[in-house]
Amino acid sequence: MIHDQANYERDGEGVREPLLSEKGEETVDVREDSPLPDDLTREELTLPNPSEPETARHYTRLSQMNWSIDSGPYPLGSCTMKYNPKFTEDVAADPNAAVHPDRSARSAQGILELQYRLQEALADIGGMDAVTLQPPAGAAGELTGILVAKAYHEHHGNDRSEVVIPASAHGTNFATAATAGYDVVELPSGEDGRVDLEALEAAVGDDTAALMLTNPNTVGLFERDITEIAEVVHDAGGLLYYDGANLNALLGRGRPGDMGFDVMHYNVHKTFATPHGGGGPGAGPVGVVDELAPFLPTPRVREADERSGYERFEPDHTIGKVHGFAGNWLVLIKAYAYIARLGDEGLADAAAKAVLNANYLAERLDLDVPFGPFHHEFAATAGDRDAADVAKRMLDFGVHPPTTKWPEMVPEAMLTEPTEIEGQSSLDDLAEAFNLAYADTDEALDSAPNRTAAARIDQVGAARNPRLSWQALDEE
Amino acid sequence: MSRAEGTPYAPHTDEETAAMLAAIGVDDEEDLFDIPDAVAFDGDFGIEPRTEREIRDECARILNRNDDLTEFLGRGHYGHYVPSVVDHLADRTEFLTSYTQYQPEVSQGFLQALFEYQSMLVELTGLDVANCSMYDAATALGEAATLADRVRSTSGDVVLVPERLREGKRAVLSNYCAGADLTVEEYPMADGTADVDALAERAGEDAVMVYAESPTVRGCIEERLAAIGDLADETDALFALGSDVVALSVLESPAAVGADVVVGEAGALGLPTAYGMGLGIFACRDDFLRQVPGRLVGASEDANGDRAYTLTLQTREQHIRKERATSNICTNQAWVALRAAIHAATLGPDGLVDLANDCVREAESLAARIDDLSGAAAPVHDRHHFREFAVRVDQPAAAVAEDLEAEGFAVHAIDDHLLQVCVTDLNAGKTDGLVAAFEEVL
Repeated sequence: MIHDQANYERDGEGVREPLLSEKGEETVDVREDSPLPDDLTREELTLPNPSEPETARHYTRLSQMNWSIDSGPYPLGSCTMKYNPKFTEDVAADPNAAVHPDRSARSAQGILELQYRLQEALADIGGMDAVTLQPPAGAAGELTGILVAKAYHEHHGNDRSEVVIPASAHGTNFATAATAGYDVVELPSGEDGRVDLEALEAAVGDDTAALMLTNPNTVGLFERDITEIAEVVHDAGGLLYYDGANLNALLGRGRPGDMGFDVMHYNVHKTFATPHGGGGPGAGPVGVVDELAPFLPTPRVREADERSGYERFEPDHTIGKVHGFAGNWLVLIKAYAYIARLGDEGLADAAAKAVLNANYLAERLDLDVPFGPFHHEFAATAGDRDAADVAKRMLDFGVHPPTTKWPEMVPEAMLTEPTEIEGQSSLDDLAEAFNLAYADTDEALDSAPNRTAAARIDQVGAARNPRLSWQALDEE
Repeated sequence: MSRAEGTPYAPHTDEETAAMLAAIGVDDEEDLFDIPDAVAFDGDFGIEPRTEREIRDECARILNRNDDLTEFLGRGHYGHYVPSVVDHLADRTEFLTSYTQYQPEVSQGFLQALFEYQSMLVELTGLDVANCSMYDAATALGEAATLADRVRSTSGDVVLVPERLREGKRAVLSNYCAGADLTVEEYPMADGTADVDALAERAGEDAVMVYAESPTVRGCIEERLAAIGDLADETDALFALGSDVVALSVLESPAAVGADVVVGEAGALGLPTAYGMGLGIFACRDDFLRQVPGRLVGASEDANGDRAYTLTLQTREQHIRKERATSNICTNQAWVALRAAIHAATLGPDGLVDLANDCVREAESLAARIDDLSGAAAPVHDRHHFREFAVRVDQPAAAVAEDLEAEGFAVHAIDDHLLQVCVTDLNAGKTDGLVAAFEEVL
């Protein structure tokens, strides 16, 4: 199974798509036709001026040099790259969805109702009492949740300074705690890959504002001691934060709220199939238990009386805002449509097939998988091979490789999450790509990839000599 | 071959599922879950699955409950006409359904598009470096404040902002500042723009950043940016300038007025009015390169010696540097940046400058027409305006806005007797109706 990327050759040389600037720029005299006085305007502006056909070809050509979930398997661990149903794009493209955020509630009842319905669905799915849709991405959701926890503690006169985070957690957890002004206490992983209760007890105390936990964790293991973990944290007066990156594994079988979590974020571009758009936009709604609801960002949306429909309101002790307006609304609509399409059975089945696929794929691999029983993802080890090299070689076999060299508790980790969307034959192909690459010669690994739009790219050079714009290239 | 009830987006037939379970060595999918009974859930959310068609009908029906209003709304979120080619190209699923470019060899297309987006912002700001997006203008401002805290050696902990800043933007800034032990304080404005003399008195050793906007939240073009830049410089504070991508195409180059950082909104290109969804600009001088938040795309070479693009300087980022990262941002607004870049390419510099000039002319012309009405004065501030302006009304502003809404027009009520009106190419053809409605309700 090879998905050739567009790679043209001319006289034996690879031909790249030129930069738009290389195809032709134009300099405009801004002051010539400006209604503004000269001292408020720039003299000139120089930008590319392609015709529409040239523009269409440029971006079409670029798209042909880009892997996507519609191109083939994309098993990045902890990224949950599942298929993005096309109809959700049409739902979000409704002109009635594209209104201004400063409209009165009275004139934006359609938006408010959809927001309310999505909040309710997410609350049910997470076992939470209240949900805000405002955070524009998962990390923004983390920051929202931790700021809510901080405001809660401060409201109760508790000045707590630390957030406890397992070593295997996503980097965003650490960065989020620091952004919120907390010191990070890193919790070493237990020998079984899970939280070590004794280490947790030692780490948690009067200064603990929260424990941030991913469950199943980043090697796919369910934290079986979750009830005890919650008890330890709550007994110390701390709150339990659920990182929703791996929620896909739990849909319909376990809810963070039922496990003792007080606050969580949802990654709609993971669990609820909104397209990741090459890096974003995502959306990171946050759910909380009742005690934390008064601290959520403003405004929230609720049902008013029969006659006036839905209304916005400011929570009593709100942390204020985490996005200038209402977050990534056009993304949230797609999440609503996805949840509605699947319903109870579909959501539970998505989790079942995601876990089935991960276990089946692992079974097919020649690589060792050190921890289990895992759920939707697993960290295979490339052993004495370099995981990054194995990944590059996999590109030649027409699949996207998994996340490499993370989490660190697995040496030369290849963190793999096939999601529910791959079928048996697709997983067999993926396994073959793993196995062929893993068994290949050092030479083949070093020189890979060879069948992609670009050969191995010099990352060190890119960082040592940063050239971040076409202007920087011109200076050379 | 049959498929059980479940997600329509998994391809497994019952036979395949059985074969896969057998290969794993378990009897049932449920055997794969390691969730203790005490915390297990029975799966009953009460969400009924619907068909595609039912959901499209349902959402269309719900969204249709929005009133059909002609919006003259702005204050930080703007809609311009988005050419069809933007949708058609950006919606190519190779772009839309891709992930962050962790394997650059198969992500050259998106990386190049983001590199080009960064380059356009370098041209528009005159600064050396632009990242490939923040969430929106408000979060970009918050990131600018924490960058100032890291790069400035002053003992200061004050972020100075104009007294009139969009409330939501200020609230976001405060949340970013709190974690860095920074405080947000205001400096006064005079007739719609910064009171530079008052700012001179206020600026001092305690300021780590001075923030100014042009256009301001009321649409006024700031006239003394260079003086503000000098003031910031003298006190060793960072000068952060807020603007938007269309205004930047005609206004003084931020670099020329001494801006160290430019933040703001680029979603005015590429996005329709989107209930506030945005695209945060973050550009800065070279000196701060290693303190920039978010992702950067750089040019490099591949093993064949050909130019190639890759995410770079990633040791700034959370997945490597953890709590010492320059920001917690991971997922950003990459696809919106792609849209803005396509829109800018479609306009070209001529089209972009024309669009910006119209933003000045239309605002001026509409303000004059409203000013002619009895009971209204516009623009309130004796400044040049971009897209929007404040209107003073004799009657209570909230009541006037409500009456206008009943006539089918949405404007902002921003103070007891102040409205704000925003005009772009989208509603410029409806100004006759708005003026008539004003006449009716005043």
